[in-house]
Amino acid sequence: MKVINIIETAYRATLEEQDDTIVWLTHAMKGTGAELDVLLRGNAVNYGVKGQDAFGLSFGAMSQTQPPTLAEDVAKLIEKGVLVYIIEEDVAERGIEASSLIDGLKPVSKSGVAELISGYDHAWHW
Amino acid sequence: MSEKKTLTFAIMDPPFENARSTTVLRLMHVAARRGYDINVFAYEGAVGLPFTKQSGHANAVHGHDADEEDHPLPHKWVVALMEEAQKNGGRIDWVNCGLCVDERGVAEAVPGVRRGTPGDLWKMASSSDNTLVIPTK
Repeated sequence: MKVINIIETAYRATLEEQDDTIVWLTHAMKGTGAELDVLLRGNAVNYGVKGQDAFGLSFGAMSQTQPPTLAEDVAKLIEKGVLVYIIEEDVAERGIEASSLIDGLKPVSKSGVAELISGYDHAWHW
Repeated sequence: MSEKKTLTFAIMDPPFENARSTTVLRLMHVAARRGYDINVFAYEGAVGLPFTKQSGHANAVHGHDADEEDHPLPHKWVVALMEEAQKNGGRIDWVNCGLCVDERGVAEAVPGVRRGTPGDLWKMASSSDNTLVIPTK
């Protein structure tokens, strides 16, 4: 079975979870041998932006010492052999320069999504 | 008589927050009535659905004491769904993401709920006719 995880809802409790829960889920399932790829769309395309820094949150004496490193987490998925697609129109709409994205992302146009998904047994839209 | 199916649901929303939690239980109910085998992977806040320490309360706005209010409790709905599935020849295998349970301190779950990992979601989905993901938005 081959599945593509489509991640659209972004920054969902990432400061509490210290990661994106679906990127984490993908890592965990990939570790059990699952055949999974990822498509970043909507605001989640920002996960591909280098240089994000979520440090600095503190409440009184309590500091978030292990904030999420989302671009690194996505890059590690790519290192594990997960194909990570990104919708190019969603990148452009947000004014994100291609040079600010991590290496290894695979741009796909909105019009190409249907064909992309047709190559999978399941598409899980998160 | 329709062919028996196995369906997997991956859910994320906590109880008492939005309509998606009820909607997914409605979908499971349809499958349970048909005697399907149902797998549930409860992730993040959804692990609170079968939490047994949920409790009802009176509602002064409604003018009801606790008995009159008869507040719905999702953990009781989960039990009822499990019973409905069993009555019709199916079953519900409900896995709560263990780390998500620990984060929230909701280990007390109704009987039949077990602790698991994302690997369980993959196994469930791999052996199902179809899988529906209903995430938090």
